[in-house]
Amino acid sequence: MTESTNNWLAACRVEDAVENGGVCVKHGEEQIALFYFTRRNEWYATQNECPHKKQMALSRGMIGSITDEPKVACPFHKKTFSLNTGECLSGDECAIKTYPVKVENGTVYVGTVPKS
Amino acid sequence: MKEPQIIVIGNGMVGYKFCEKLRSKTSSFNLIVFGEEPRRAYDRVHLSEYFNGKTADDLSLSTENWYQEQNITLFLNNPVVKIDREQQKVYTGNGLDYTYDILVFATGSGAFVPNIPGIEKEGVFVYRTIEDLDLISAYAKKAKTASVIGGGLLGLEAAKALIDLGIDKTNIIEFAPRLMPRQIDAAGSDMLKSKLTDLGLQIHLNKNTSNIEGEGKITALKFSDDTSLEADMLVISAGIKPRDELAKACGIEVGARGGIVVDEKMQTSDPAIFAIGECALFEGMIYGLVAPGYEMAEVLATNLCAGNKSFSSFDMSTKLKLIGIDVASFGDNFITEPDCRTIIFENKHKGVYKRINVSNDGQYLLGGILIGDASAYNMLLQTAINKIALPEDPEELILGARGGSEPAGAGITSLPDSALICSCEGVSKGDICASVTDGGCENIDDVKKCTKAGTGCGGCMPMVKDLLNHTLKSQGKYIKNVICEHFNYSRQELYDLIHIHELKSYDEVLTALGENDGCEVCKPLVSSILASLWNEMILKKGNDVAQDSNDRFLANIQKGGSYSVVPRIPGGEITPEKLIVIGEVAKKYNLYTKITGGQRIDLFGAHLNDLPVIWEELIAAGFESGHAYGKGLRTVKSCVGSTWCRFGLHDSVSFAIRIEERYRGIRAPHKFKSAVSGCIRECAEAQSKDFGIIATEKGWNLYVCGNGGSKPQHALLLATDLDSETCIKYIDRFLMFYIRTADPLTRTATWLNKMEGGIDYLRNVIVNDSLGMAKQWEHEIEKLISSYKCEWKEAVENPAIRKRFSHFVNAPEEKDPSIEFVEMRGQKRTAEWKIV
Repeated sequence: MTESTNNWLAACRVEDAVENGGVCVKHGEEQIALFYFTRRNEWYATQNECPHKKQMALSRGMIGSITDEPKVACPFHKKTFSLNTGECLSGDECAIKTYPVKVENGTVYVGTVPKS
Repeated sequence: MKEPQIIVIGNGMVGYKFCEKLRSKTSSFNLIVFGEEPRRAYDRVHLSEYFNGKTADDLSLSTENWYQEQNITLFLNNPVVKIDREQQKVYTGNGLDYTYDILVFATGSGAFVPNIPGIEKEGVFVYRTIEDLDLISAYAKKAKTASVIGGGLLGLEAAKALIDLGIDKTNIIEFAPRLMPRQIDAAGSDMLKSKLTDLGLQIHLNKNTSNIEGEGKITALKFSDDTSLEADMLVISAGIKPRDELAKACGIEVGARGGIVVDEKMQTSDPAIFAIGECALFEGMIYGLVAPGYEMAEVLATNLCAGNKSFSSFDMSTKLKLIGIDVASFGDNFITEPDCRTIIFENKHKGVYKRINVSNDGQYLLGGILIGDASAYNMLLQTAINKIALPEDPEELILGARGGSEPAGAGITSLPDSALICSCEGVSKGDICASVTDGGCENIDDVKKCTKAGTGCGGCMPMVKDLLNHTLKSQGKYIKNVICEHFNYSRQELYDLIHIHELKSYDEVLTALGENDGCEVCKPLVSSILASLWNEMILKKGNDVAQDSNDRFLANIQKGGSYSVVPRIPGGEITPEKLIVIGEVAKKYNLYTKITGGQRIDLFGAHLNDLPVIWEELIAAGFESGHAYGKGLRTVKSCVGSTWCRFGLHDSVSFAIRIEERYRGIRAPHKFKSAVSGCIRECAEAQSKDFGIIATEKGWNLYVCGNGGSKPQHALLLATDLDSETCIKYIDRFLMFYIRTADPLTRTATWLNKMEGGIDYLRNVIVNDSLGMAKQWEHEIEKLISSYKCEWKEAVENPAIRKRFSHFVNAPEEKDPSIEFVEMRGQKRTAEWKIV
């Protein structure tokens, strides 16, 4: 998937995002968690639903890193997922979708087609 | 069918162990035990600790109810006096008789008393039972000089006991040319002798006592070489004599020098009768140690349960500490050249003697002797028993490797799983490791409970500890007390560092003291410390994202993603007007209501978006945050107290309100709860709280460190009959001590359990100010108390914070459509997890 063929959703202004935390973006029936990892100056987006108990919660989770891998911890049971790959880092057989993010002129865009 | 009946004669260590082992394997068999002594089986190995303040109860091997719980009938003070083998009956001292199907002798041994003229005189004792010790201790009060006959293991123990009893002139008389003739060689004996002499003991070797002098009571000892020695009292510890008189009387085969003859199944010459422990003679040998006795008990118990085990000759290695001096022998300790090569290390200056016997090909360790420093005992014993190949320079085993490299022998990792670590209980290395990997044991107590390792003589404990730590480590479970990969500090260290550097936000702390980007472990921990130190609004920009799930939105996240709201109701006291407000708010926002365990009202099912407006209404009616979401003070529960109750001594409600308002909002390593009861009927259940207060005639009793939860623990009494001001002062100190020093997410009960010295130490710190910290702590908590603000009030009044209480960043008015409720008993409840 190249950038040009993705559908970019204008999610919010940079100042509406939470520094070193997440917000939830509504995309039709879908919910996407958008993380502004200010400490690393990086943006990430994933599905908002935690696959463990199917809770719409990841945007309210704490972000951080394990070795150098950026991750988010679900506020319910602290399952952690890689923000890069969506892989579950707590040893479970589940993964989350991740989406591309770009910032242009102070607006944050989320690509609505998940990264493969 | 009637259960077969087993009668055990003797309730010593081995008799007890037999019962324990049998009951762990089966609940069948009627089990009856007859003991001659007036008390339950006790630890005879550590008998001399009776003089160091241990009580008979401390030494007891079981609790009072144990026999009953195990369905064992125990008769104390009731020796068996006769056995009728034809009728299969025993007759007891009180004239009753009992029929047996299987009879077990566990009669142990008595002290061997040599036939010396005058041995019957007053002031002559044996050293065997708690009663003997009581007699010795009473007589010692009027004695100035004492002697012990016997320079073996028990004799030295007895001599130590006499020193402990305050007798300065204590002599040890040994018939053999050296001390501990069964365990150590002449050179080792010399070393031990010089160390014991330094401690004030007089040692006389090669001495044969010919007479005990004195008119009616002992005054001196006379020896066969015509010398003599003054003595006001004498303790005989010249060896043991198997208690085989009953067996002999009923015609069972006994050895020429005593002992009930048994085969490898512990069976005597009568197939229905068995013998175990020090009364049993196996292959011409009496085993005078507890470990082989336990092994005999295991063999018999197994075979009675249709198993098949045999007793074979037993390793008699021993290690003990005599008056602070290590003495150990293991394996083949006396083998000499040319059958082996001997390596000896001697340091007279330090009083250390070490000897190891190595096979002629240099491959294996055969045995050895250690005096003065037996720290290598466990490793050496295991190396010998398991035939572990020796390093090139076996001397390193006793000298340590020189030149800074790792000690030779590779340590516990090189042991095979079958290596016997605890010989008392027969626990192997594999058993111990499995208790950690499969049994989930994480500390030494768990391992002891799970495997019984170390519950006998305790000598293997260092090794068990090493194995535990090693196994935990290899599982990645080892808890080196650092927080996580981002902070190489313990919570306490971090607390002090943040304080010293005056850091105010998570990011500052991470930059100054940590590395990388943090995680869900260190973020809430640092946030908690920041709150405990500075008491600033926890959602201040930057700190909001470092809060744990519930603190992040000042509410408890519930199944489904909705939140619950708990206003503070101090002491559980509430006006009808306020009750009505809660009801109206609940109705308006469609909330489920329930009374909590802490005497307040929980409102469930609030959407994130509704939290600020709900709180605005509650605050307008005079409510404030209840901090049900925070690691801090929850509630102070109270009974109604003297204002209404006809039993009440003081006004428990007023005091509870005062306490709750004093400590509200203070954050700690974990939540904490309190309660105040107006009298000893304790209706507020204060003794189940982190700190609980109970009214007395004269004031308040203060209890600390209790909790309910998964592992309930009663609070312990810290101080009695306090006036209100002192009570509060002690609580101030207690809370600050806890906040500063507890590990993360550790309740006060666990904190105390880990504290060395326990409640006595804590009392010393709080009441007597033994650390000199009281003033500082009182000052610090005063600062926290005076800076208290309702954080919900601050949140709803701050637009930046309030903005965060919406689900969608791009549709702020819309609530989370995925939240579902269903109806139940006229209210709503959350839908079940969508996945199980």
